[in-house]
Amino acid sequence: MSKTVTDVICPFCGTLCDDLVVVTDDEGKKILSVENACAIGAEKFLHSSDHSHRVTRPRKLQEDGSFKEITYEEAIEYTAQMLVNAKKPSMYGWSSTNCESQSVGHEIAELCGALVDNTAAVCHGTTLVAVQNVGIPSCTLGEVKNRADRIIFWGSNPAHGHPRHMSRYSIFPRGYFTGKGQKQRKIIVVDPRCTDTSSLADVHLQVEQGYDYELLQALRAAVRGQELTGDIIAGVPKEKVYEAAEMLKSGRFGVIFFGMGVTQSLGKDHNIDAAIMLTKDLNDYTKFSIIAMRGHYNVTGSGQVLGWQFGFPYSVDLSRGFARYNPGETGTIEVLKRKEIDAMFVLGSDPGAHFPMQCVKEISKLPSVAIDPHITPTTSICKVHVPVAFVGVEVGGNCYRMDNVPIESRKVVEPPEGMLTDQQFLEGVLKRVRELKAN
Amino acid sequence: MDIVKLTLTKVPDLYLEAENVTPDHFAGKTAQQIGELHVHLGNQTAKISDYFSVEGKGGETAADTKIVIAGPTDKVKYIGMKMTAGEIEVQGNTDMYTAAWMAGGKIHVKGNVDSFCAIGMTGGEFIVDGNAKNYLAASYRGDWRGMQGGKVTVKGNAGSDTATFMIGGTIDIGGNVDVHLGTHAEGGKIIIRGNAKGRVGGQMVKGDIFVLGQVERMMPSYILKGEEEVELDGKKQMFQVWIGDMGERHAKRKGEVIYGKIYVPTGAGETAAPAIHTEKRKKLTDKQIEHLKEAFKDQEPTVQQVRTYIYDTFDVDMKPMQVSRLIDGIKR
Repeated sequence: MSKTVTDVICPFCGTLCDDLVVVTDDEGKKILSVENACAIGAEKFLHSSDHSHRVTRPRKLQEDGSFKEITYEEAIEYTAQMLVNAKKPSMYGWSSTNCESQSVGHEIAELCGALVDNTAAVCHGTTLVAVQNVGIPSCTLGEVKNRADRIIFWGSNPAHGHPRHMSRYSIFPRGYFTGKGQKQRKIIVVDPRCTDTSSLADVHLQVEQGYDYELLQALRAAVRGQELTGDIIAGVPKEKVYEAAEMLKSGRFGVIFFGMGVTQSLGKDHNIDAAIMLTKDLNDYTKFSIIAMRGHYNVTGSGQVLGWQFGFPYSVDLSRGFARYNPGETGTIEVLKRKEIDAMFVLGSDPGAHFPMQCVKEISKLPSVAIDPHITPTTSICKVHVPVAFVGVEVGGNCYRMDNVPIESRKVVEPPEGMLTDQQFLEGVLKRVRELKAN
Repeated sequence: MDIVKLTLTKVPDLYLEAENVTPDHFAGKTAQQIGELHVHLGNQTAKISDYFSVEGKGGETAADTKIVIAGPTDKVKYIGMKMTAGEIEVQGNTDMYTAAWMAGGKIHVKGNVDSFCAIGMTGGEFIVDGNAKNYLAASYRGDWRGMQGGKVTVKGNAGSDTATFMIGGTIDIGGNVDVHLGTHAEGGKIIIRGNAKGRVGGQMVKGDIFVLGQVERMMPSYILKGEEEVELDGKKQMFQVWIGDMGERHAKRKGEVIYGKIYVPTGAGETAAPAIHTEKRKKLTDKQIEHLKEAFKDQEPTVQQVRTYIYDTFDVDMKPMQVSRLIDGIKR
């Protein structure tokens, strides 16, 4: 016999699919099959329910490089002592956990005078900087599905990064005003490489690597009917730029989706700044919106929670008791590079695999704690590794989709016996920090 | 003018925030009172006297006070923040936010400065003998008012994002600048005596940029208007005038559209080499791979171990995915 759980949220990418069907065994301990999910999402569920390879108790790095098992109480004590004794600790990650845990974590950060940063620092942080400069005309994915007939993918490859994005929202679905699905839509892909997404495009602008800003400004000038200098603009023939501008203006409702290709290439926030201004310009002719292709399933949520608690979406510095913010100074990569912090706390992220080597080496020198259900490059260099239950699989909680829509994730199976969730562990640390601070 | 001399006696282990080091805070105070003012290090609060030795006393008003800072001040932030009058002389380097939101007076740094210096400046004079890093005289995040007045002079090079959202004042850079010069500018005058890396005047509404060296690649949304004789440093010179940014909004005055202008000396032109962002080479040579094979012979190293080894020995920062592919390749 088996049990079926419907309408499960997929805790993998920012698309946050909410139509998964998960079949578990009778006791709700093992996942037997997952339907509707993409290959990556299904694997996340099936992988987590196989307990044989999981670490179920906290581990502490010994001097000889091996790990020794410790109790959750000892891990809480180590974490609390580390944060309280540090002059400028950094608390990084937060993208692969629920909003409730983030909120508890921020309370600890405020008490300890820490830096709080999420994975936007290596991802869509530049988007947030650009939004602060020029604002953002955005919409929800539901609107895209039902109305959009012009889709631009700029520097993103949803065929691999967000596998169900195209079929649920952007290219294929038949919506209320888009009854013919893909036939009714024009797709523009801007990418220096030929990708699986670009093979679906009506126009593929093969921009020269690192010249997105020039192309965006040229498109803006073309939309205004201005002359352009040069025959080849950032690797794209001038006629093709005008053709693309016409195609965008002729639509009824258009959306720009953009990813790492523009946010982390040369220019960073200026690229997004120009893309947002292009959206604004196009609104003189038709209706246009712009949406960031957020990566982790709850990185948007982290920005939301930090936003309502401290007023800034990432890279918040609470060391002086009030919130300060300036990516470039308070971002985790910068402070690690400049050796500005003296303790590192990582939750729900893997800086060991994504940060520059110089920063990874710095983490390994500092007192550090990593909270992660998996064994990752980060957990193998941190002093203490605390495994926790999977959010979205073994514990529920609130998450935000890439278009800032909150969706409550669901618990499907029980975690291995005696394991804490992120929130329970953080509440333990918070209690201990309060006790230490009171003395 | 009374002089206060601060000498850094203890190098901070992290970075020191010294926004109280301004003539405005020092005016009317004795050396001891000045030593009592706060500096901050992470979540700790300390006194100026914990890190600096203080000699002399402040003048009656800020305008009568001069501060001379000596010692290895590389890790001191916020010197001269929001100062309105008086003078500061720094004999070494300083860190971020030197002269940030400065409204008057003069700051002279004899070494280099870091990023975010002179952001949101409204008046006064800021002189750097060495180099400046990114966001020189730019705006604070989200603010549409960058530098509004005063003068910034950097004798060396400046980094990227110089003069973002500038609306007034003058910037004079002796050396080269990195990308994004004068983005979103709505006024002011920028003089670059060396080369500009590209994206000069992106989204510029109004203002003048002089690049006396070369512009690596002009924005496609700028149009060559012609040649013009312009006076610079009291000398008349022929310049090519580019107008734009054509993708941006522009106001009209007396029926004429006002554009941002880039002046490049006639004959300088663009450099032919495309400005491709160069990164550290991410591939290992055959010799290095042989070396690696030798080092991990008869072992089962983890990806992280190999990655660290590669970084330490060959100074190549590879992604974990590349490393794991490399290991697979070697095994085969």
